[in-house]
Amino acid sequence: MTTGDIGLWGVPIAVIGGAIRVSTPILFVSLGETLTERSGRINLGLEGTLVIGAMTGYATAVLTGSAWAGVLVAALAGAVFGLVHGLVCSLPKVNDIAIGIAMMLLGTGLAFYFGKPFIQPVAPNLPAIPLGWWSDLPQVQAALNVNVLFLIGLALAFAMHWMLRATRPGLIVRVVGDSSDAARAMGLKPAQIRTIATAIGGAFAGVGGAYLSLYYPGSWNEAISSGQGLMAVALVIFARWNPIACIWAALLFGGAGALGPALQSVGVTQGYYLFYAAPYVLTLGVLIATSSPSRAMAGAPGELSITK
Amino acid sequence: MALAESLSGGGARSTLLRAGLARRAEAVVIPLLALLAGLAVFGLFLLTQGKSPVDFFALVWKGAYGSAFSWQNTLSRAAPLLLSALCVALPARLGLVVIGGEGAIVLGGVAAGALAGPLAGAPAIVGLPLLAAAAMVVGGVWIGASGALRHLRGVNETIASLLLSYIAIALMNQLVEGPLRDPASLNKPSTAPLADQLRVGNMPGMDVHWGLAFGIAACVLSWVLIERTTWGFAARIAGGNLRAAEVQGLPVGRLIVGFTALGGAFAGLAGFFEVTAIHGSANASLAAGYGYTGILIAFLARQNTLAIIPVAILLAGFDASSGLVQRRMQLPDATVQVLQGLVFMAILMSETLYGRLRLFAAGKGA
Amino acid sequence: MTSLTRPFSHPLSRRGFLRGSAALGGAAALSSLPLGARAETPLTVGFIYVGPRDDYGYNQAHAIGAAALKEIPGVTVVEEENVPETIDVQKSMESMINLDGATLLFPTSFGYFDPHILTLAPKYPEVRFEHCGGLWSADKHPTNAGSYFGYIGMGQYLNGVAAGHVTQTKKIGFVAAKPIPQVLLNINSFLLGARSVDPTIMCQVIFTGEWSLAVKEAEATNALADAGCDVITCHVDSPKVVIETAAGRGSFVCGYHADQSALAPEKYLTGAEWNWGKVYTDMVNTTLAGETIPNFVRGGLAEGFVTMSPLGPAVPEAGRSQFEAVKAEIMTGGFSVIKGPLKDNAGNVVATEGQAFLETDPSLESMGYLVEGVIGATS
Repeated sequence: MTTGDIGLWGVPIAVIGGAIRVSTPILFVSLGETLTERSGRINLGLEGTLVIGAMTGYATAVLTGSAWAGVLVAALAGAVFGLVHGLVCSLPKVNDIAIGIAMMLLGTGLAFYFGKPFIQPVAPNLPAIPLGWWSDLPQVQAALNVNVLFLIGLALAFAMHWMLRATRPGLIVRVVGDSSDAARAMGLKPAQIRTIATAIGGAFAGVGGAYLSLYYPGSWNEAISSGQGLMAVALVIFARWNPIACIWAALLFGGAGALGPALQSVGVTQGYYLFYAAPYVLTLGVLIATSSPSRAMAGAPGELSITK
Repeated sequence: MALAESLSGGGARSTLLRAGLARRAEAVVIPLLALLAGLAVFGLFLLTQGKSPVDFFALVWKGAYGSAFSWQNTLSRAAPLLLSALCVALPARLGLVVIGGEGAIVLGGVAAGALAGPLAGAPAIVGLPLLAAAAMVVGGVWIGASGALRHLRGVNETIASLLLSYIAIALMNQLVEGPLRDPASLNKPSTAPLADQLRVGNMPGMDVHWGLAFGIAACVLSWVLIERTTWGFAARIAGGNLRAAEVQGLPVGRLIVGFTALGGAFAGLAGFFEVTAIHGSANASLAAGYGYTGILIAFLARQNTLAIIPVAILLAGFDASSGLVQRRMQLPDATVQVLQGLVFMAILMSETLYGRLRLFAAGKGA
Repeated sequence: MTSLTRPFSHPLSRRGFLRGSAALGGAAALSSLPLGARAETPLTVGFIYVGPRDDYGYNQAHAIGAAALKEIPGVTVVEEENVPETIDVQKSMESMINLDGATLLFPTSFGYFDPHILTLAPKYPEVRFEHCGGLWSADKHPTNAGSYFGYIGMGQYLNGVAAGHVTQTKKIGFVAAKPIPQVLLNINSFLLGARSVDPTIMCQVIFTGEWSLAVKEAEATNALADAGCDVITCHVDSPKVVIETAAGRGSFVCGYHADQSALAPEKYLTGAEWNWGKVYTDMVNTTLAGETIPNFVRGGLAEGFVTMSPLGPAVPEAGRSQFEAVKAEIMTGGFSVIKGPLKDNAGNVVATEGQAFLETDPSLESMGYLVEGVIGATS
């Protein structure tokens, strides 16, 4: 045995590490989409926003030398995309799902168009906090090397949960999401509130993208997102529009994704495509197990086009 | 708008007919105006990049529709998109949002590729229908499963179909690199090459395979199904509100499974044509993203299966011109993606004009 | 990046050719002509890439090679990137032929060959289709199609030599896309190079299943680092993510496809790079001279198809001297990486005592095994 070889213990450690590393962008996109959908809109275009965030964040970090400036610009770029989606969908009869798909195309197109010159340069990475200092094992230290954005994402999930449940802005979002008529009766302007919620959701997705390019995997290229943005939007349904559940969904998805490489590294080498499909199979399994025909859309905002 | 007015206000016919004409006219005029607006915005984008919009659009025209070769290029690319868009548009009639057509294309192709081995000795007249049927059954089961899960377990079909499409791609890779792999396929793991008589050729007189004709036929048949049959009528009724339809006694379960399965079968057929007309075996190139492009086409066509045909040809034309634009103007490949994004945004935004324009036209006519 | 301005006069090696070697003399003789003499017959050359042109890897290596042609008078280069291995590539090729007048095409991805090039070549007999990586054979394939490739496994062997001198854990890692012959030969060569230093070294391989998928490549690299691999290399289209992630974990790295030393200057040991500029220049010069490019072109380090990145600061003196010695031996020819006695990692004999496979042996291009000492499976 070679030094540092911890055998099968490597698998759970890798899954925990993978859950922390891979889940962050999914968490941010899911949280952003949760807010948007709770207000009664669906923005399917966050995949494009994620890629735009990744590109603008990386480009800014290259140009300014500051990774945090990159995160900020990614959030702004995401907010602009969300704002456009929100404003366009405020026009009567415009389909929010369709606009989302068109914006996915536009977002990735713009990101690839302007991103070409930034594939080669190396940008500074976001810092990580070594929460594994107590262990001698390099595997544990690496797994618990936690990026600040992950912790911010966790905090935001709890904050959003509290905001939606116990604050006036949260109540407004929920009312608008459940019934436009009720909202108007209360003197609220649903279109305006949904636009703001979509813009904030876009900013979240932009930060998720910055995590991809500035921390993990930590570089800008055109294969940076393999559909995480689209998947994260779908996971909101899985999490039943609950910010706390978004954390679990993102961790499940990220951890299951680490299973494939980890199993190969301990010698389980057959059928790796099937292990790589673990996140999708597990999510589908949980979805089927936790759904029931009678409460098909429990927790769904009433105004959401996808669940009507 | 002026065109719509002249079309609808010209003759001395009844107001009803005029309103009908106006509605048809706006369905043509509004998207065209939106297309022009989208192109104009993209022209401004090009100007900021120091490139000539005139040159660009001339190249797009030349590369997409400017010659017989370009038309065949465009139509070849449109063929799989017609079928994959149906996988979205048919369930959409029931208010379902299915985004996993890619999985049905991939597994339909694998089914055709796998069955081609045992059928290597069969004549085309027997073999091809069997391969097509296998692809359609597998595709239909895959998307129909999303519908069944929705009806039986209340699982949202959007996420279920997306998850199933990723699972389908994993299955395809595992099969093509494992049990179904032709050892001679070396650096591009594939199923065994199809026997010659099981290859689908081009339509007479053109360099476009039969998938285009079948795609157009499928769009037309779907329109007939929806507009002219009782099933289609029931689907349109149910599409407004599935729960209410169930209360009214409509066979909602059968409608959901039937329409999702039919959509999946068409996507599976697209996979069949990819294997038999293009690749000659099943391999990872089946996951080319046609399923995702189909979502966009279906929504642009407002889920109208006849409108899918021109929209698919428009989108395929942009794709066909992409190479020429790259080569002649030294623009990145993503340029055409930006163009598509802007044009489609404009077309989708223009939906807000429907009705307003009709009111305007009808008011003037009366 | 590799140098773009290598002399054009380097003759292609004879030993890689199965046929058509008579054309070689033409190419070599031509290079001595003054440049202006060639400008009279304009030639349009088309390049098609499966990914982005600047991916720090496979496609970039080809694009750099294409750029070298732009210096030749009378030659026009047209390029398309991100072209999938579907009907799209057929139409891209036809569009280059019909609309740009291209008569020499370089569709650079392996999957472009069968069925796409094989569909078009009979239709356009006056156009030359040169394909990277395929196994062209006279009895099966059109004569206006040809294949070229380089013995980059030798480069991975040299990577392994450098790795063997640096590894402390005696475990090295390989992030691989798919278990196909080209990749398996690279993995085997990397380990055998390391084992030439220390026969106890093991190589852990992880397949990602995709040619370009950043997050999975990063996860695979982390899994290798977790498994104790302290030198990591890869065979994916864009090695940037693997190199940066591995260096971030404190592992040493060996490059592939292109020079990635700038990404991790302290951790980069060396790298196996393509030098397509030389190959493309030779082929274009042959065409300009009115000669036919041989249908089957191969070359390695000696022929200048493949080069090694300069050794990094972490390679110790003993490693440097062995690296240079082995490289010199490869350059003189007759060197075999796969030689007996050798078993695969399932225990089957792949080479008996005294049996050796030269780099030029076509059977290596259909390799289906991982050698003893590689932890991983081929399916």
